[in-house]
Amino acid sequence: METVRLASDTLNDFAAEVSQATGQDVVRCYQCGNCTAGCPYTEFFDYPVSQIMRMIQTGQREKVLNSKALWLCATCETCSTRCPCEIDVADVMDGLRNIAYREKRFTEKDIRTFYESFLTSLKNHGRIFELEIIARYNLKSGHLLTDADLGPKVMKQLHFTPKRIKGRDKVARIVKKFMEKK
Amino acid sequence: MIEREYAYYAGCSLEGTASSYDRSIRAILKDLGVVIKEPVDWSCCGSTPAHAMDHVLAGALAARNLAIVERMETATLTTPCPSCLSAFKKARAKILTDKSFKDEVNQLLDDPYEGTVKAKSTLQVIYEDVGLDAVVAKVTTILPDLKAACYYGCILSRPPRLAAFDDPENPVSMDRLLAACGIEVRDFAFKTECCGAAFGVPKREMVLRLTHKVLNMVQDCGANCVVVACPLCQQNLDLRQAQVNRAMGSSFSLPVLYFSQVLGLAFGYSPVELGLDKHIVSVDRLIRSRSPKGTEETASPAKSAARKNAARGAEETNRERERIASVVKET
Repeated sequence: METVRLASDTLNDFAAEVSQATGQDVVRCYQCGNCTAGCPYTEFFDYPVSQIMRMIQTGQREKVLNSKALWLCATCETCSTRCPCEIDVADVMDGLRNIAYREKRFTEKDIRTFYESFLTSLKNHGRIFELEIIARYNLKSGHLLTDADLGPKVMKQLHFTPKRIKGRDKVARIVKKFMEKK
Repeated sequence: MIEREYAYYAGCSLEGTASSYDRSIRAILKDLGVVIKEPVDWSCCGSTPAHAMDHVLAGALAARNLAIVERMETATLTTPCPSCLSAFKKARAKILTDKSFKDEVNQLLDDPYEGTVKAKSTLQVIYEDVGLDAVVAKVTTILPDLKAACYYGCILSRPPRLAAFDDPENPVSMDRLLAACGIEVRDFAFKTECCGAAFGVPKREMVLRLTHKVLNMVQDCGANCVVVACPLCQQNLDLRQAQVNRAMGSSFSLPVLYFSQVLGLAFGYSPVELGLDKHIVSVDRLIRSRSPKGTEETASPAKSAARKNAARGAEETNRERERIASVVKET
């Protein structure tokens, strides 16, 4: 069993930091396990979501923010729907992702690459251009053939030119302003 | 008076791979007398990547569109896409309760969003504002071979405090709309289980496993098609079905239709008018037997049972509507 040294491995104000960032009272969690029981992603997580909640309470900041679970959570809201303490658990996971992103902790590189490909397309056109996202993702991730097998099938659904909006410079400014803040 | 005019936000998916959803929604809304106005120069809601990265960024990208609608003198934005819906609802909820968040968001916008305009899914508009009676009145065609599993996905009715629509664990709106059109609806246990959402590209194996579970349950419940309200669910279940079969050794051949396409067929539209030719798993064999309503009078007990279902659905919906109204009043 893994040993946690409370004196050196924990940070007492981490729970307060997460509560501050998300508006959720994480201290209320009493480990009933309902969130983990319903979570469709538990089998893919390194730490089940209820364990993440406990690790927040015990101040294990490093371990929580470096966990793969943060990035593999799809915000499906099952945990938030079923929490008897009315904690919006998915929002906690989202808040943790925000902190991890600011601190450049990218434990799931492909997911980060996908998100950034998406936001780049958004910045370029004001709307999403699906073909560009997948092309950029394949180049940046190095997985050049991702979904190449879908090519012939998806042809009839894809659009081959972006829908550019007039206010795309304004949308780009939102994304850029946010990036500059970091 | 119940609203019949909305700002219609299609969202990026519906301009791209999910154009059949857009086309079928526009068709049936016209039939149902719902007037839609498109917000000028709308932009992407930000979706999953924005809220994963930063809540203020997500809030600003969503609020830019809500601010445009605020200037249209339309009280409600409607969107068929659950992901856009969730982005708008989350942005509004946070702006109404957190003054410093509101200020941060509005600093990023040319025109501020004050939090008056709210968002509603187009499914909710049809189910609650238009209502089952009006839908039944438009049915011209019966579809005797469809056995539908209604799959709502994660976020259309969840989390309940935010979504404020239908039941979070056992949503029924699509089931009742279809039943009202005389279509057989199967009991389906995975109505809100996640299909893998936006991870199809970066985490394909995960999505294939989750999607496989959903398709498996569809087959087990005796359905021969899946009916959805989300472009991402549609894509994972339909476009990736062959990938699922290859990876998991299954042999599913289940068409995946938007609820608006099923309603459109019942209203007499052709499959091409509803964009069904764009889908990967063909629904042709299940809709070949469709025929004008009224010609089924002499038909089988199964069909009269379907009609009874429709009547029961309408009754239950009225009760449900009253229940929701009383809950809304309380809160």
